Amino acid sequence: MTALAYHLQIVNLLAALLLLISFAMLSQRRVVGLVTLFAWQGAALALSTAIVAWSTGQHHLYYSAAMTLGLKVIAMPWYFYHLVKKLNVNRVVEPMINIPTTMLIGIVLVIFAFNLALPISEMSGTVTRSTLGIAMACVLLAFLMMITRTKAIPQVIGFLSMENGLFFAATSATYGMPLVVELGVALDVLVGVFVLGIFIFQIRETFDSLDLKHMEKLKEK
Amino acid sequence: MELFWLLGIPLTGGIFLALWGYRRNAPEINALFSLLTLAMAALLTVRIVEAGPMMVGNGWFFIDSFNVFLVALTAFVAFTTALFSRPYMRIEQEHGRLNATRLRLYHSSYQIFIGAMLLALTTNNMGILWVAMEAATLATVLLVSLYRTPASLEAAWKYFILCGVGIALALFGTILLYFAAEKVLGSGGNALLWTHLNGVKAQLEPTVLSLAFVFLLVGYGTKVGLAPLHSWLPDAHAEGPTPVSAVLSGLLLNVALYAVMRSKVLVDGALGNDMAGTLMMGFGLLSVVLAAFLIVRQTDVKRMFAYSSIEHMGLITFAFGMGGAVANFAGLLHMTMHSLTKSAIFFAVGHATQKTGTQLMDDIRGLIKTNPTLGWGLMLGTVAILGMPPFGVFASEFLIITTAMHEHPWATPFLLLALGVAFAAIFGKVQPMVFGETELPKLPYQPAQTPVFLHLGLVLMLGLFIPPYLAAWYKQAAHLLGG
Repeated sequence: MTALAYHLQIVNLLAALLLLISFAMLSQRRVVGLVTLFAWQGAALALSTAIVAWSTGQHHLYYSAAMTLGLKVIAMPWYFYHLVKKLNVNRVVEPMINIPTTMLIGIVLVIFAFNLALPISEMSGTVTRSTLGIAMACVLLAFLMMITRTKAIPQVIGFLSMENGLFFAATSATYGMPLVVELGVALDVLVGVFVLGIFIFQIRETFDSLDLKHMEKLKEK
Repeated sequence: MELFWLLGIPLTGGIFLALWGYRRNAPEINALFSLLTLAMAALLTVRIVEAGPMMVGNGWFFIDSFNVFLVALTAFVAFTTALFSRPYMRIEQEHGRLNATRLRLYHSSYQIFIGAMLLALTTNNMGILWVAMEAATLATVLLVSLYRTPASLEAAWKYFILCGVGIALALFGTILLYFAAEKVLGSGGNALLWTHLNGVKAQLEPTVLSLAFVFLLVGYGTKVGLAPLHSWLPDAHAEGPTPVSAVLSGLLLNVALYAVMRSKVLVDGALGNDMAGTLMMGFGLLSVVLAAFLIVRQTDVKRMFAYSSIEHMGLITFAFGMGGAVANFAGLLHMTMHSLTKSAIFFAVGHATQKTGTQLMDDIRGLIKTNPTLGWGLMLGTVAILGMPPFGVFASEFLIITTAMHEHPWATPFLLLALGVAFAAIFGKVQPMVFGETELPKLPYQPAQTPVFLHLGLVLMLGLFIPPYLAAWYKQAAHLLGG
């Protein structure tokens, strides 16, 4: 096997970093720390997208990278910091399952993701196909985070981190989706965060807390 | 051209109503925009029926008899719901449950929601379809929490997160679809156009497509309300304002199922076996049975009819899963009947709960005495949704069950059991609501019952006689789905 080109090694490194950040998010107890990690994850994603764009000459990926940078590294983390400060919710929160157990479940998920991605990445013709498994692992880890957290903001960061994983999957399997679709997805995510902002204030007003444990009235009877 | 206006009118309406704010005649303007949308949908339908399928705007939009029928249905129910919401929301405001700011949000979001659904139906691009579905969800999240009660906030949060996760899975499915398509069609925007994909579906990589379909089915299936991912649906329907329940149940579920069906056509072509159909039958049957048994335990009238929606969507999914000309025909017919009947029921239920100030069925009694039209509306609607002849639901359910007996006899006992249980439960609960004893005085106002009887009249008419051109239209659509 020939040695990989420099830029591909960097992409692989960033992919590994992405996975590491996903694990760090699982173990993070503070909301502010979670927002910071989310911003770093976005940065790693934007950088790797830009490198793929440069090395393959797919110009539309530059837009995608710029969008990730603008939205997920600058705008959204800023907005979340603002929310956390305004609502004063930066306390240590214990997730539903304790952290070492969550990490173990996470490792199982990563193995599962690599197995699931194997047949697809063998068919893919892109130079970045080996990172597809990591992308799927990120999606599953974010999903795990959404399940184990009971607070509103961590749940949503989990959701956005899942979106990051999906974008990374799209980049590594097919060099990204068509531009118009990516624009549409970005618009939806933006509107979603905006709706969430309104929503969080409504929850706060009504329950006097952002803990979703109060929201267990509606059960399947 | 009609298409441009069809999508442009609700969007303009949404922006206009947001800027105009809640003035005295905002509900009328809302209804007017819906009427214009309906007119455009009618023009478009006439054109498609005359000239056959067409592509608009460089292949970005594609309309054939399958989606034009849903466009017409969506525009129609959207219009009648706007008519119903006019007096209904006024009374809610008088009761002090809503204020001007929230009504402004309501009217604006309502139009945008309709616009997003119409975009999802008419677009040819599977990626844009995803975007429009997500937009439709986001437009309704704040509508579900419109009353700002703890329960409604919880319902809206559940809706937001669960449908968000569902739709993220559907996005992954779309990525996989693009991945398979790109090999055949080359990269770029064209590789996600449904018509292009449909042309080359036999060459698409089967392994990738089957995986893509699983993600698309689970993702969009969350929005259809298929078990076991249905838990957002009863909450959102029960806690949101009644007009929202009517459009969620009557329209959004259909649009989500439409997305599944578009994917199924592609996957069937690529795989050449009935893997997709079998999966859909499984999910459908599970939803029908589970929902029927959950109906028995409900005490809240809107929740009960929400579970009934899960049951009926399950039945339609099952019918499409069986495939073939008759089952597809029955599925399409049942989609129409369910939309019309269920929204009519929600209109009647809305007025009944508004009058008594509760959604608990034990506290609603004797509607026939306090307001005969309302009582009869609810009773007839219930009889219709339970599949009694001569209403149209009977015809479609009968077709589905007879086809199931022929092709999948093992499923018939489950279907019959579920339909029987649902019948007994719903009828037993609605009967005292309508005919029971009550001390409540007569209604001080006349409820908006025109939409209820309009819908039920249509359902009755279609049950007795399906006009030949309509039958031909359904057949054509069923054929497009691989009949």
